[in-house]
Amino acid sequence: MSIALQTTDLACSFPVGKRLIGPPRAMLHAVRPTSLTVAAGETLGIVGESGCGKSTLARMLVGLQPPSAGSIEIEGAALNRADPAAFGRRIQYVFQDPVSSLNPRKTVRQILEVPLIRLHGMGRAARARRIDEIFDAVNLRPEFLDRYPHEFSGGQAQRIGIARALAAAARILILDEPVSALDVSVQAQVLNLLADLKAEFGLTYLFISHDLAVVEAVSDRIAVLYFGAVVEEGPAERIFAAPRHPYTRLLAESAPQVGRPLGGEAAGELPDPLDPPPGCAFAGRCARASELCRRDTPRLRPIYGDQRAACHHPLDA
Amino acid sequence: MRLFLRLLFRNRLAGFGAVVLGAIVLLALLTPILPLQPPNATDTANRFLRPLSAGHPLGTDHLGRDLLSRLLWGTRLSLAVGFAAALVAAVLGAAVGIVAGYAGGRTDNVTMRGIDMLMAFPYILLALAIVAALGPGLMNALIAVAVVNIPFFARNIRGVTVSLAHREFVDAARLSGLGHGRILLTEVLPNVVPVIVIAMSTTVGWMILETAGLSFLGLGSQPPRADLGSMLGEARGAMISAPHTSLVPGAMILLIVMSINLLGDGVRDALDPRLRSGALARPMAATAVDRDPPPPAQGEGLLRIDGLQTEFRMGARVGRAVGGVDLSLAPGECVGLIGESGSGKSVTALSVMGLVASPPGVITAGAVRLDGEDLLGASYGRLRALRGNRVAYIFQDPLSTLHPLYTVGEQLAEAIRVHHPVSRAEAHARAVKLLDDVRIPNAAERAGAYPHELSGGMRQRVGIAMALANDPDVIIADEPTTALDVTVQAQVLKLLHDLRRSRGLAILFITHDFGVVAQLCDRVAVMYAGRIVEEGPTEAVLNAPAHPYTARLIDCVPELGGGRRRLEAIPGLPPAVDDLPPGCAFAPRCAKAQAECRDGDIALAGRDGRRVRCLYPEPAARAAQ
Ligand SMILES: Nc1ncnc2c1ncn2[C@@H]1O[C@H](COP(=O)(O)OP(=O)(O)OP(=O)(O)O)[C@@H](O)[C@H]1O
Ligand code: SF4
Ligand code: SF4
Ligand SMILES: [Mg+2]
Repeated sequence: MSIALQTTDLACSFPVGKRLIGPPRAMLHAVRPTSLTVAAGETLGIVGESGCGKSTLARMLVGLQPPSAGSIEIEGAALNRADPAAFGRRIQYVFQDPVSSLNPRKTVRQILEVPLIRLHGMGRAARARRIDEIFDAVNLRPEFLDRYPHEFSGGQAQRIGIARALAAAARILILDEPVSALDVSVQAQVLNLLADLKAEFGLTYLFISHDLAVVEAVSDRIAVLYFGAVVEEGPAERIFAAPRHPYTRLLAESAPQVGRPLGGEAAGELPDPLDPPPGCAFAGRCARASELCRRDTPRLRPIYGDQRAACHHPLDA
Repeated sequence: MRLFLRLLFRNRLAGFGAVVLGAIVLLALLTPILPLQPPNATDTANRFLRPLSAGHPLGTDHLGRDLLSRLLWGTRLSLAVGFAAALVAAVLGAAVGIVAGYAGGRTDNVTMRGIDMLMAFPYILLALAIVAALGPGLMNALIAVAVVNIPFFARNIRGVTVSLAHREFVDAARLSGLGHGRILLTEVLPNVVPVIVIAMSTTVGWMILETAGLSFLGLGSQPPRADLGSMLGEARGAMISAPHTSLVPGAMILLIVMSINLLGDGVRDALDPRLRSGALARPMAATAVDRDPPPPAQGEGLLRIDGLQTEFRMGARVGRAVGGVDLSLAPGECVGLIGESGSGKSVTALSVMGLVASPPGVITAGAVRLDGEDLLGASYGRLRALRGNRVAYIFQDPLSTLHPLYTVGEQLAEAIRVHHPVSRAEAHARAVKLLDDVRIPNAAERAGAYPHELSGGMRQRVGIAMALANDPDVIIADEPTTALDVTVQAQVLKLLHDLRRSRGLAILFITHDFGVVAQLCDRVAVMYAGRIVEEGPTEAVLNAPAHPYTARLIDCVPELGGGRRRLEAIPGLPPAVDDLPPGCAFAPRCAKAQAECRDGDIALAGRDGRRVRCLYPEPAARAAQ
């Protein structure tokens, strides 16, 4: 199986409290060194709570955010935006907010034409044909093409965003919370559409969400992010059913669910990002925390089969 | 565009300005083909002729030149120079603003500091200095006026661009292969143009005035050609002896500047989105009520809502947000109100205490009774006494209800003192106790924190503490955990659950999450398109949904542990509340819809609190009945 996307010790920090001259007051490590691999045709789910670095990671993968360390390889070649057209044909991004990702002053057709002209140099007739095909693929009616974004519902706007990513004909799509702005009945429509498109065009997805059940329903593998680092990674069917990292278990137990009593025993908060404690970032909330945990940062290591966790005292299955 | 013109002319003054300006511009355009005397032909024999003299309707000036002709040619020149200056200032200022706003960082910083420096000079001094440096002349006056106005445009446009540059569609354009230049031209600029137009329409009048000012001082148009300013300047000497020579150009300047400014203000208002939605009036203290006599109470209940209807009246459109809701809450009971966005959950909740903004909201029917007392008919004073004291709200975003400039302890103490005459110290002690009750660690110290210093979960706990401040009987919680992370959500839900037990609170819990309802609520009501379509004990509804909508909605939600799978989606969208179909609102999306479903009202029928609004309920529930 070929590798679609690979990161090696990819990290990103933001300066906080910038001064006019001289170094900033502090650095905020939004993403700590992270190594991930996505095979071609696979869906890797990324879950985590707000501020854990999901969006920053995704934006680095498409070159919208320069990394401060580490490297990204896309289809075997280092990430390179020197030729934006070639880059745009490889990887595309679907944004969280469907409405703000569409230019309010352009018709849907004008929006979809940009990648066809810029990335594929298509002529007018070829564009019209391709747009019809794409629109059909995302189940939208052709008369929508000449309307403006504000005339669409969230679900429809998100489909237009997906159509734009498809127009680039990229083989890899980064989906950053593509359904969190949508109602559940519409969310299901969009998730099914994504599954169909993947099967039809052989796409590779990196699917970011804070909703565990959604991620589980669409992913082959899932990585759990906490405080800017991957704490557990493994096959979708096992990771929440048999979590090895205490944080993954806390997440799985917190998800409100029909037929299960309220969780919510564990208190505690995220550590201060400007003054992170040494050792494991979860130690303040972890019942298993030991001296070792408060001293040494655990590394991601195989625990069982292809399930990996960054924990000194992983849970038993 | 039609809407724009309608809004513009609804404003009488702007319409007046448009008509006057239109007439002046038309005259100026027609000047070359009108049968006028040559403007510069001197006739010293006929100096200072009064208006209405033969051949000179407006008289002549100190050189015997025809004033009407000079006025029209001068107006033409003044308008041309003023508009040209505005155009130059707008183009250059907008260019600077767009580039600085888009580039951000150092470029932005340096450019804007430069602009600030330009702005620090008094306006007219700067213009004078520029003309002094370049030498007098109409062209140089134009340049001077344009330059002093560039900072105004640059500032305005930069602000708009900064917010646009961070919008996701700009990122999307980059990923579609567009370079910076093209992004500026095709993505950013079209969104900035309306702002440029507004800025121009509100400043062009001043620019005409400024050019006239320079000409008046002899620094602008040079004789014999005259614009309005130099006409005034030349007439200065004869102000007393022949006042008409100054009055004529002066009146024209007044007319032009006034009409442009009136029109400009009108344009600005008409393009303002707030005005478009029709709501600029101040909201009333409580929701307007316009109903027939309230229906009798349908039964028991601490809080009872009977046949509640709330509408939004926006011009010709009427959105029936709540179309007849019945709901009751017993002491100590937790009822879930579940539905998708736009189904009317929040409006129902806000109607209870008259918190729906009026205009445009109006309660058109029904009753809300607290212990039998009708709240919809209550005076504002009575509502105020009950708000917070007996019925309290918790909202999704606690920041919207907390004041950013007071500590949470102060705000809690204040909330207590509104309803209870206790000392400051006593109130503070109670505030700390409340923070402790909602499990804020180290409550005494955290009472001194400002809202922004707390995390989202902590803030929501403060929101809950605020709601509890006066020991209410009923809490209406509108999606209190939607903005929170799952682990924090679980903590907050647990807290609400425990508080309800320990204090005997009745809770109306609004959410779109079945999992939350299942874990927290005794009963649940499902809302669709402004009405309750199904109601019953939580377990019964979730295990054997009777309404096709409930059934399909439950199937839509992926459940943890279900593995990789295809979800059941509901085709289509909920109907818009200002365009509801007759009969069952779900019919367009319902697989079982029949002809009868589409006409006539369908009642919420059933017994023992298990009711459904459907002609063909799901079989499982029918068997259970
Ligand atoms: N441009 C920036 N400057 C400074 N800090 C930033 C910037 N962008 C992100 N951060 C910080 O980086 C961290 C990770 O942010 P990110 O947006 O990736 O979170 P997320 O997991 O996507 O959150 P959410 O679910 O709320 O969208 C946060 O602490 C955030 O405040
Ligand atoms: S490393 Fe220690 S503190 Fe961190 S999650 Fe594992 S057991 Fe808990
Ligand atoms: S009333 Fe008819 S259309 Fe409406 S939900 Fe029931 S079966 Fe479907
Ligand atoms: Mg995000």
